[in-house]
Amino acid sequence: MSAASLTLATLAKDLRLEWRSKDAINAMLFFALLVVVIFSFSFDPTAEESRHIAGGLVWVAFLFAAVVALNQTWARELRNQVLDAYRVSPAPANALFLAKVLGNFVFVSVLEALMTPLFVVFYNLRALGPAYQLPIVAALGTWALVVNGTFFAAMSLRTRSREIMLPLLLFPISIPALVAMVEATNSILTGEYSARFWVVLLAAYDVLFTMASLFLFETVLHAE
Amino acid sequence: MKRAFPVLAIVTAVLLSWGLYQALVVAPTEQTMGDVQRIFYYHVPSAWTAFVLFFVNLIASIIYLASRNAKADALAVAAAEVGVVFCTVVLVTGPIWARPVWGIWWTWDLRLTLTLVLWLIYVSYLMLRRFSTSGQTPLIAAVLAVFGALDVPLVYFSIWFFRTQHPQPVIGGGGSIDPRMLHALLINWLAFSCFATLVCWSRYRLEILRREIDETQALEALLEGGVSGGRR
Repeated sequence: MSAASLTLATLAKDLRLEWRSKDAINAMLFFALLVVVIFSFSFDPTAEESRHIAGGLVWVAFLFAAVVALNQTWARELRNQVLDAYRVSPAPANALFLAKVLGNFVFVSVLEALMTPLFVVFYNLRALGPAYQLPIVAALGTWALVVNGTFFAAMSLRTRSREIMLPLLLFPISIPALVAMVEATNSILTGEYSARFWVVLLAAYDVLFTMASLFLFETVLHAE
Repeated sequence: MKRAFPVLAIVTAVLLSWGLYQALVVAPTEQTMGDVQRIFYYHVPSAWTAFVLFFVNLIASIIYLASRNAKADALAVAAAEVGVVFCTVVLVTGPIWARPVWGIWWTWDLRLTLTLVLWLIYVSYLMLRRFSTSGQTPLIAAVLAVFGALDVPLVYFSIWFFRTQHPQPVIGGGGSIDPRMLHALLINWLAFSCFATLVCWSRYRLEILRREIDETQALEALLEGGVSGGRR
């Protein structure tokens, strides 16, 4: 079995599992909805100034919700010792890692697609800048969150209270990506400045950490 | 090597007291800031020491990843722990100085933010070590150290560009420094480097000893289990 078909097989399995149970997506959606509602009580959401902080709100909500999906990425494989089977199988570790990252990317993208209209309605948002850039920023930003998130979730498998450990590892490292996502989104929503630098920075972040994860994942998976 | 430890301890004590004398008595009072500026002789050396220690942690982590040398991991723990302490000193002394001089405790300036993010990354590193179970701790901690190092240039660029978009309070400015001030600063820098080496060294030895004890106890438990199992 080639690495690509292995990746596709694992991805298809994860998507089918999620399609049938809908555990992660339901939890993520409701969680993000709660964040949106609670934020809207902490300031006047329809004021003109809230446009300047909308980018931050959107991404903080997505980040928190993404942790829900990331946490169950590997926990699911612990049942019935599936992960141990992966370890002893000759399948390349990176194929498994890429499948997990792609799976999480799909989950978080679906969440974003469903939550964005709600943000638009609740916060009265309208892009004053070039709106076609928003999907690019969303894709790059989501990849930045899930590639490191999936990697750190695999690392935190070997810790006590791993559900708490994942955000503790993920958030500090994600700070530059978060700044870039928030600033790029704000620049598009306000139309006051160009998002170009932030998109380049996000792309650099994605490339760098994808390579680092692929380079080190096998070591982490086989750590005994 | 063990004989060098007390020598280093004495040298450090002498340097620290001389540095204190230089900083509080010899160095002239700064024209505009007054005596509060003297915190600078502790703030700056702490920052340098913290950054050097984080760098030592990174090198030790890479060595561990390459060779699985347990001593490299012990050095990585020691450097990270002592580095976080020095970095905390930087983050505490900074606002104490900034409040009377800038009029604010904190500003999201490039250096301040970078130091804070580094501190966060290394606190998460220590948390990971603390929460980790069984023998894979050194490996996953070393991997996190590498990820943290990769993050630093990205944090730098993101904060740098973030700052150019948002107005900032004007900080510092040029001006020449009195040679006695520079002297006091360098003495303190040397003293802090010796102090950090000393603390790191004892922490490193402690870590090695702790692991030896763990291994001995595990072995003893194994042997005892074997003996009692045989009797039954």
